[in-house]
Amino acid sequence: MRRLVSGIVGLAALLAGCATTNQDNSSRLNLIKNRNELICGVSGKIPGFSFLKSDGSYQGLDVDICKAFAAAIIGDSGKIQYRPLTAAERFTAIKTGEIDLLSRNTTFTLSRDSTGGNGLTFAPVVFHDGQGLMVKKESKISSLQDLANKSICVGSGTTTEQNINDAFESASLPYTPIKYQDLNQVVAGYLQGRCSAMTSDRSQLAAARSGFKNPKEHIILDDVLSKEPLAPASDGQDQKLADAMRWVVFSLISAEEQGITKSNIDEKVKIAKNNPQLKPLRRFLGVDGGLGEKIGLSNDFVVKVISSTGNYGEIYERHLGENSEVPIPRGLNELYNKGGVHISPPFN
Amino acid sequence: MKINQKIFLQFGICIIFFGLIGILINNLTINLIRTGLGFNFSWLFKPASFALAEHPLPYTSSDSYAWALFIGWLNSLKVIVSSLILATLLGTLIGFARTGKNSLLGLISAGYITTIRQTPLLLQLMFWYFVGFLGLKDNMFIQIKNIFNISNQGIEFSGLIFSSEFLALLLGLSIFTSAYIAEVIRGGILSVGRGQWEAFRSLGLSERKGLIRIILPQALPAIIPGLTSQYLNLAKNSTLAIAVGYSDIYAINDTIINQTGRAIECFIILLVSFLLLNLLITNTMEIINRLILKSRKNI
Repeated sequence: MRRLVSGIVGLAALLAGCATTNQDNSSRLNLIKNRNELICGVSGKIPGFSFLKSDGSYQGLDVDICKAFAAAIIGDSGKIQYRPLTAAERFTAIKTGEIDLLSRNTTFTLSRDSTGGNGLTFAPVVFHDGQGLMVKKESKISSLQDLANKSICVGSGTTTEQNINDAFESASLPYTPIKYQDLNQVVAGYLQGRCSAMTSDRSQLAAARSGFKNPKEHIILDDVLSKEPLAPASDGQDQKLADAMRWVVFSLISAEEQGITKSNIDEKVKIAKNNPQLKPLRRFLGVDGGLGEKIGLSNDFVVKVISSTGNYGEIYERHLGENSEVPIPRGLNELYNKGGVHISPPFN
Repeated sequence: MKINQKIFLQFGICIIFFGLIGILINNLTINLIRTGLGFNFSWLFKPASFALAEHPLPYTSSDSYAWALFIGWLNSLKVIVSSLILATLLGTLIGFARTGKNSLLGLISAGYITTIRQTPLLLQLMFWYFVGFLGLKDNMFIQIKNIFNISNQGIEFSGLIFSSEFLALLLGLSIFTSAYIAEVIRGGILSVGRGQWEAFRSLGLSERKGLIRIILPQALPAIIPGLTSQYLNLAKNSTLAIAVGYSDIYAINDTIINQTGRAIECFIILLVSFLLLNLLITNTMEIINRLILKSRKNI
């Protein structure tokens, strides 16, 4: 009996030990630096954005954004642990601290950004997307109206699910949603003919189509159901990490505006060092001004970022450009001075 | 003296037990507040704004989350109850075949049990859905006089429509569970002494009559507890519905967590619904068990 009691007491002590809550308010930025590794949540299943290659490495636009963060925070774009997450897991993974940040084609919305909602904070948009519908060419479906009373394959637990509902409801069209947990199942359901159409972000439709046997037999309808600004996200209570992430993304865009690329970055640094009158360039590259320190990074974080991933345009070209496996026209994702919407606030 | 000691011990254990629960709840609340997710169930009555493919009761996307969850629970119940019945029928037949005299049937059912039990349920569900139902071509209807037709959209039977998702889940769960039930039945039958078989044979009863009238009633007390745990497993396994796109309570919960960010509340709801469901199953089986024992005593 005594043994039982002491066992229970021991167990209680053990649980009480576990129960002490972590109320350390310091930023995750320090944790990442001390760990010397960035834990980045990705999808891992979308060609062009984050996709596991046959050699075991992750590649894509979202992955390069992770690399840019790692280069800026740790100084080494290779020190990343990728965590493939489903749409449903991703926010819990941030809130519980399982991952440091999320770079997983996540739509920036009010409820996700707010403390009353998911309590996240978003970095600037890295890809402007919109939800679309893909149908088989032979089905002769050409608009939303043609899809009345048809089944549509949707990924569950995403804004996609809500948007498709809003679109059909406001057009007073009845439809049947067939919901799957991940995109691969949505694709399988669509290809096997369970649904007349599949819906997702247009980028994902294009990416999925690139893997089909006959990509030309499928068309993406012109109807765009939503704005889907995709952005990296982190815990809303960690202002320091959010600041760092925000300016790393802006540095990619700003570098493209200034024509600074992976190949000419060393030369640009040299120019900045030798020409004291080039103030904006010196500040941007961390020669002057000490801007990096203000956001908890080293002053030359931009140099580290650009020399490891290149600027935004280079990243885009590499994964989504004309010669890539998943070509998507740049459209809205051009710089503001070329007809797109990407713009960086000044590095002052 | 000894009684006092016992009371003291009980008291101490109570304090430790409630203390532990208190610490855990306190820990949870503090963490929830720290992450900005205070406990709150008021979102349950906001509009769900997602549509559902299957709903036994009227449902539109402007209904509340609570109603959507209830619909999900009904969907779960629908698939659980129907696969429970199907699995029991199938399992009993296979269990009989396995213990019967016909060696070919015995061999076939042994093969069935082995194959089904050695492969994961998730794989089987995917197989029934993507290969079994969606493998049927859209235009390859199997039609019988407009009363019965099968396509990759599901089965239509005189006006009633069963979707492929429901059918794949029903079939997958029933077949998987039936293999286990067959083994439970076999175990029960084998627990009845050899002498009982010889006895009814010598009385001139046929094999079938003897099995049903003599052997089975004696085997039931050994079968029921095993059966109960298989039913409970079936109920829990039904949450794999999400893999084949069926809108059960788990799948709907998944969507709601993503829309509202209320993971802990949703999991509590899920936990309670399954607890209630499984308590219902356990108690029903317990009552059946008692009735059987009672009827045996009366003989």
